[in-house]
Amino acid sequence: MAQAVHEAHGADHETSTGLPNVKLGMWLFLASECLLFGALISTYVLYRGSIGEGVHPIDVFDIAYTSISSFVLLASSLTMVLALSAIQRGDQVRLRLWLMTTAMLGMVFVGGQVYEFTSFIREGMTIKTNVTSGAFYTLTGFHGAHVTVGILMLLSLVVLSGLGRLGQERSQVVELVGLYWHFVDIVWIVIFTVVYLIPAGTAR
Amino acid sequence: MDVETNQEPPERPAVARAERHPGPKEYIRIAIILGAVTAMEVAIYYADVPHPLFIATLIFFSFVKFSLVVLWFMHLKFDSRTYARFFVMGLALAATLYFVVLISFRAFQG
Repeated sequence: MAQAVHEAHGADHETSTGLPNVKLGMWLFLASECLLFGALISTYVLYRGSIGEGVHPIDVFDIAYTSISSFVLLASSLTMVLALSAIQRGDQVRLRLWLMTTAMLGMVFVGGQVYEFTSFIREGMTIKTNVTSGAFYTLTGFHGAHVTVGILMLLSLVVLSGLGRLGQERSQVVELVGLYWHFVDIVWIVIFTVVYLIPAGTAR
Repeated sequence: MDVETNQEPPERPAVARAERHPGPKEYIRIAIILGAVTAMEVAIYYADVPHPLFIATLIFFSFVKFSLVVLWFMHLKFDSRTYARFFVMGLALAATLYFVVLISFRAFQG
């Protein structure tokens, strides 16, 4: 009972800003993530075209394949907001359906990235080949790790919903996970343009 | 008579702004636009477009997609501006970091 009272109280907790602290904290975390990915993208862009032996990322890119991965991740952002919309309406069945679909799309994306990395290594581009390949694997690897963490959070939400511990009054939890998921999506939007399309297009 | 106790507490604008989030139809509309813009990005990659125009168009499309996701899917268009300030601060710091490193690279290359 004490927990129920605490949860009920916590849902409408009055803060000095008038905003939920957890959501404010999530946005602060995402701001710090901007710096992390900003540093990784900057490193790749600045090292791109630098001298170095061996195969470079633009030699092995398959834009058609990466485009499909981009569509998959964009679709997962849609299913994520549909999950949020479902919990806000109190529709637990659709919540689980959309969360599961989002997690599956995330798995397809990560699986695609693993396949892409494997084919790049087979073509002779490893993380040690040159500075550019090292920067490429570090950037895209970190992004893939973030997607994987997102998948684990989504699956946790599915389990919580199944156990009846993710009611309509706790929709903010889904919103927070959604913010993280969309952030991962916008990072990919930047990576797809800056790392894949522009370098590969200008090198032709 | 205690006049103060009959008064409504002042509404917090931050909370009031957070109440309206889009519905599924609006989300689907945004997703269709995102898909179309991505398709245009890929089409431009395969088209024979001069380099300066190619880069400018791709950066513009990327900015459009980024903004649509942040404003609609992450609700910054509807939520408190405090969240937006936090996020813009992170983006500004990331951009500053890039330019500082760029200048450092140029300085060391002579």
